[in-house]
Amino acid sequence: MLTADLLANAVVAGILLGGFYAAVAIGLAIIFGQLDIVNIAHPAFIIVGAYTAYILNSRFGFDPVLVGVLAAPIFFIVGAGIYRIYYAAFERTGQESLSGLAFFFGVMFIIEVVLILVYGVDYRLVAARYIGSTWSLGFVDLPFRLLVPFVTAVALTAGVYAYLSRTFMGRAIQAVAQDRLALQLMGANPVSVKQWAFALGMATAAIAGSLLIIIGPVEPSVGRLYIGRAFAIVVLGGMGSIPGMFIAALILGVVESLVTTFWGPSWAPAVAFGLLLLTLAFRPSGLFGR
Amino acid sequence: MKISAFWVVVVAIFVGGLVLTEVVDNEYYFTALYVILQATIMAIAWNILGGFTGYVNFGSAAFFAVGAYTSIALNKSLGLPLPLLIAAAAIVCGLIGLGVGYLTLRLKGVYFAIATLAMAIVFETLITNWAYVGGARGAYILTPETFLWFKSYIQMVFIVMLMLALTAVAISRMLNSSRIGRGLAAIRDDEVAAECAGVPTLRLKLISTTVMGALMGVAGAPYPFFVTFVDPVSAFNLFIAVNAIAMPMIGGTAHWLGPVIGALLVGTTQEIITVNVSSELNILLVGIMLVLFITLAPQGIVGLWLKYWRRRKK
Repeated sequence: MLTADLLANAVVAGILLGGFYAAVAIGLAIIFGQLDIVNIAHPAFIIVGAYTAYILNSRFGFDPVLVGVLAAPIFFIVGAGIYRIYYAAFERTGQESLSGLAFFFGVMFIIEVVLILVYGVDYRLVAARYIGSTWSLGFVDLPFRLLVPFVTAVALTAGVYAYLSRTFMGRAIQAVAQDRLALQLMGANPVSVKQWAFALGMATAAIAGSLLIIIGPVEPSVGRLYIGRAFAIVVLGGMGSIPGMFIAALILGVVESLVTTFWGPSWAPAVAFGLLLLTLAFRPSGLFGR
Repeated sequence: MKISAFWVVVVAIFVGGLVLTEVVDNEYYFTALYVILQATIMAIAWNILGGFTGYVNFGSAAFFAVGAYTSIALNKSLGLPLPLLIAAAAIVCGLIGLGVGYLTLRLKGVYFAIATLAMAIVFETLITNWAYVGGARGAYILTPETFLWFKSYIQMVFIVMLMLALTAVAISRMLNSSRIGRGLAAIRDDEVAAECAGVPTLRLKLISTTVMGALMGVAGAPYPFFVTFVDPVSAFNLFIAVNAIAMPMIGGTAHWLGPVIGALLVGTTQEIITVNVSSELNILLVGIMLVLFITLAPQGIVGLWLKYWRRRKK
């Protein structure tokens, strides 16, 4: 029944989970929120990041977070390549609304099927010394398998936020989001700025993937659940606002954790999508809409 | 002239199907044809919104599954016969299409696409937690003892599916060449311009999503009678949604014939590969074909053929 320590534990676990969701959604906050590219394959790339962590961890014993950071530059390059194809095939010809969406859907599907063909549908997990130990503060438990992703995700969010608001390239990315033509008039090339931003968003998928597999075992179709979560967070956060995205991620984490604790885990997947549908119906500009 | 030719072909195909049930005894062929016809209806339905109107639906599997589960629930509670179940599924899924469309189609197009993805998971969660229709364990359907004048049960289900598929083709063709179809094409090409020219865009888009939802429900309604065991994982399979997008994209989206050609071609290829090679490879192939066609030949097979034909005419 409803007791104070059960409630407190559910809220704390929700905040930790929400922090991790911020790492999942931050790439999409850039790619979808700022660039208006509906990359529904983003969660599939996060799963690729998780499998990268799994392979290097099980074979060489690397720490998953370290693998995530090391894989990020490779994801960055792949992301730049994908944007090139997307630009040449859809954006230049003005077909991004129908064909572009279907393109990313196809890419997502191919990634999932290839992972199933190579690794099967078994759940995979990583080993690290901190996974499994718990830090107890009074009656509140802080499991390290949630705490490590939370801390990494907060650092990632802060880093991306600082990058977007402080550096020249970061400001250029925000400029292309606001007014593409004006950026062109300033002598900058919007395509190369967008390519850089897309690649940056993809790089965060490597880190998010390594965090995902620390939290729990992963199998190829898990990515689909994160489509709704990530898009719900970005839309609720107000399309591209990084602080808004972070708060929305915490809200989703807490609500999901409460639902899991008091109604049962089989209802949890519907929370994100319900939140998304409600946001679209009643406040499509999000909590912190521009 | 052209109208009569179309109806002659429709009647000819239906008679051909009836003859097939008299001549062929091997049940595999009817199973394979059923699967292809089911995919054809899904492709036609997807194309009414995706191809004619330009809005992407990722939640095809949800409409299909809700159609199937409407059948299961009404068959279990009231014992309704299949034709009434199909009508009920059409109504339920049409209303869902209308509802989702009403909530999101006033916003930008991408929100509709994301909302359909969301809807698929919400319905999957609801049905997984609904014990009356079996929940996560799934539900069995008892097949009827008699099957009219047909030699086997599968033949009867096949003829039902053939009638539904031909009806779907006729509806799609009617929409494509009517006043509504021209309005939908205007929305697809430039929604703002269409709105300014006096096209009632929201109403047309809602008609389009309702018809799409109803047809997908119709495709799903006989599914429990075809497989006799349905669980949420198989009914909400992502593969259904991918096929519904890939077939029109490969066939060509602008013309009503596109999804039919795409579905027959891809569906037949899938059956051949599944039997001769492996079903995993077949799934991968559809994904790769989808991505290749979208990037290299966005007009699909019908578009390529038209281009070739025009060049030869010159």
